[in-house]
Amino acid sequence: MREKIRVASGQGFWGDLLDAPVRQVEGGRIDYLMLDYLAEVTMSIMQKQRARDPSAGYARDFVPLMREILPACVERDIRVSANAGGVNPPACAEAVGDAARELGLAGRLKIGIVTGDDIMDRLDDFLARGIELRNMDTNEPLSSVRDKIQSANVYLGAQPIVEALRGGARVVITGRATDTGLTLAPLIHEFGWRADDWDKLSAGTIAGHIIECGAQASGGNCQYDWQSIPDLANVGFPIVEAAPDGTFVVTKHEGTGGRINIPAIKEQLVYEMGDPHEYITPDCVADFTSIQLADDGRDRVRVYGIKGKPATEFYKVSISYSAGFKAVGTLVYSWPQAYDKARAADRILRARLERLGLKFDEILTEFVGANATHGALAGDPSGDAPEVQLRVGVRGSDRADVERFTKEIAPLILTGPPGVTGFAGGRPKVEEIVAYWPALIPKREITPRVEVREV
Amino acid sequence: MSAVARWENEGGAVAAGHDLRGLNFLAKMKVQLLKLAHARSGDKGDTANVGLIALRDEFYPVLVREVTAERVKQHFRGICHGEVERFELPNLNALNFLLHESLGGGGTLSLMTDAQGKTFSTALLRMEIDLDAAEARSLGIEEQVSGDR
Repeated sequence: MREKIRVASGQGFWGDLLDAPVRQVEGGRIDYLMLDYLAEVTMSIMQKQRARDPSAGYARDFVPLMREILPACVERDIRVSANAGGVNPPACAEAVGDAARELGLAGRLKIGIVTGDDIMDRLDDFLARGIELRNMDTNEPLSSVRDKIQSANVYLGAQPIVEALRGGARVVITGRATDTGLTLAPLIHEFGWRADDWDKLSAGTIAGHIIECGAQASGGNCQYDWQSIPDLANVGFPIVEAAPDGTFVVTKHEGTGGRINIPAIKEQLVYEMGDPHEYITPDCVADFTSIQLADDGRDRVRVYGIKGKPATEFYKVSISYSAGFKAVGTLVYSWPQAYDKARAADRILRARLERLGLKFDEILTEFVGANATHGALAGDPSGDAPEVQLRVGVRGSDRADVERFTKEIAPLILTGPPGVTGFAGGRPKVEEIVAYWPALIPKREITPRVEVREV
Repeated sequence: MSAVARWENEGGAVAAGHDLRGLNFLAKMKVQLLKLAHARSGDKGDTANVGLIALRDEFYPVLVREVTAERVKQHFRGICHGEVERFELPNLNALNFLLHESLGGGGTLSLMTDAQGKTFSTALLRMEIDLDAAEARSLGIEEQVSGDR
């Protein structure tokens, strides 16, 4: 067994710095690279792409990235875990395999594919058998949006990834897998942690939570002493240096920017936290109130003492459904009385929408520069504000009404208050809303599948 | 600065600002959370979470005592339409708040600029608490701390 395993985070979300994973591979020693590509609504976009083209439906950026780093991964024995497979992990694996062969790596690596998360075709069967998939937030049964569903995937945990690693996979491509599982799986595999060693599984899960948002653990979006955080232009993404006993150090490569210290790690620990006693994943229930932090030198924080509880009998399900349309329009009003002008424009716009008889579920007006982030807590806007942006959003079930709204913004320039500008971008776009429906499903209903292919 | 009472502590003596109402003006001072804590916030559906972390270990008991779920609900009136839950993390000297029904439906449904609740962290740091001048002194909070708006 190795004494220490270094797992590096390469993407905090799909759309993060493109060169971050390359820098993790090139910037120093790592053993694993974990890449999180899937936001909640990403699956529905991929589902649509696959409907048009059976070889699509995964994170396409992943393939050129692999083309760039695969030779180094093979040479330096770095393995990759990524949920880049979206709704089509086999096609993603095929594309990565093609890239590997073009690089002359045929016979030199295996690709692991994790599937079984996609339950889109089984929904009616579940509903017929009384598995209601009620919304965890609103408690509504899924039947209320059944005809609008666009994708349905279970969040799989670390174990299927571990199985692929055991099968010798250099690159493991999953569909909907938890972000934390991508980090935990390498640790289970390397250290042989038992599937019921809840403390260690929780430690690996919390390690995953810390690095899954990329540089948000290494100085990005960090409030604590933010002005003094060095060289964010060259920010180093976080790396977990884990030991077999479940303790780990969060660090980053030498010579990179950003900062890893206790306040930065605390900020990331509380990010998107619910009940800290029960951080529920498919693998365990981690207790964030057990986490101990210690300074371990420059850009190194030691994490230890983590306790956990048995995993629950359920998987979380991520369902996306079509929920109408929205559009947001903006205009900028200038000094003097910028805020008053923006407010007057809003009243005029709303009167016109009313007269047109347009039906919306919601109209929201914000005044950027006055109250868009902190609402009334920001106090009364100054009459001297150099400019205020009027930002009006509408949401409704009728596309035509939302479309009509987008044509009412520009006319305000010639038919409303003076000192207005900021319409160079043209009419706002109508967006289809794909909403998220969280639910639970008994684990016994789901069978993760693992395949390891030789390239 | 605001019309809210402003107390300045000069050389250990508490001097009144321009609001002299209230008999205990010599004993109390307003402290903005920005001086006591840092924070990060995020979303879970229509719920915003705010993690509030003491800037120094000795500030944590003050946060536990003063920044109750009720105070936070009151602070976010008009923004948070649901319940506020609070959890304590003494190991991190942090509190975690869940502000339900705060994000205009949450996720893609929300029309808000801050649909993900990312700036609820700093919105909470605007909150002011009342501290005994003696306690403030013992915590090393010397200067006027009521934020200008």
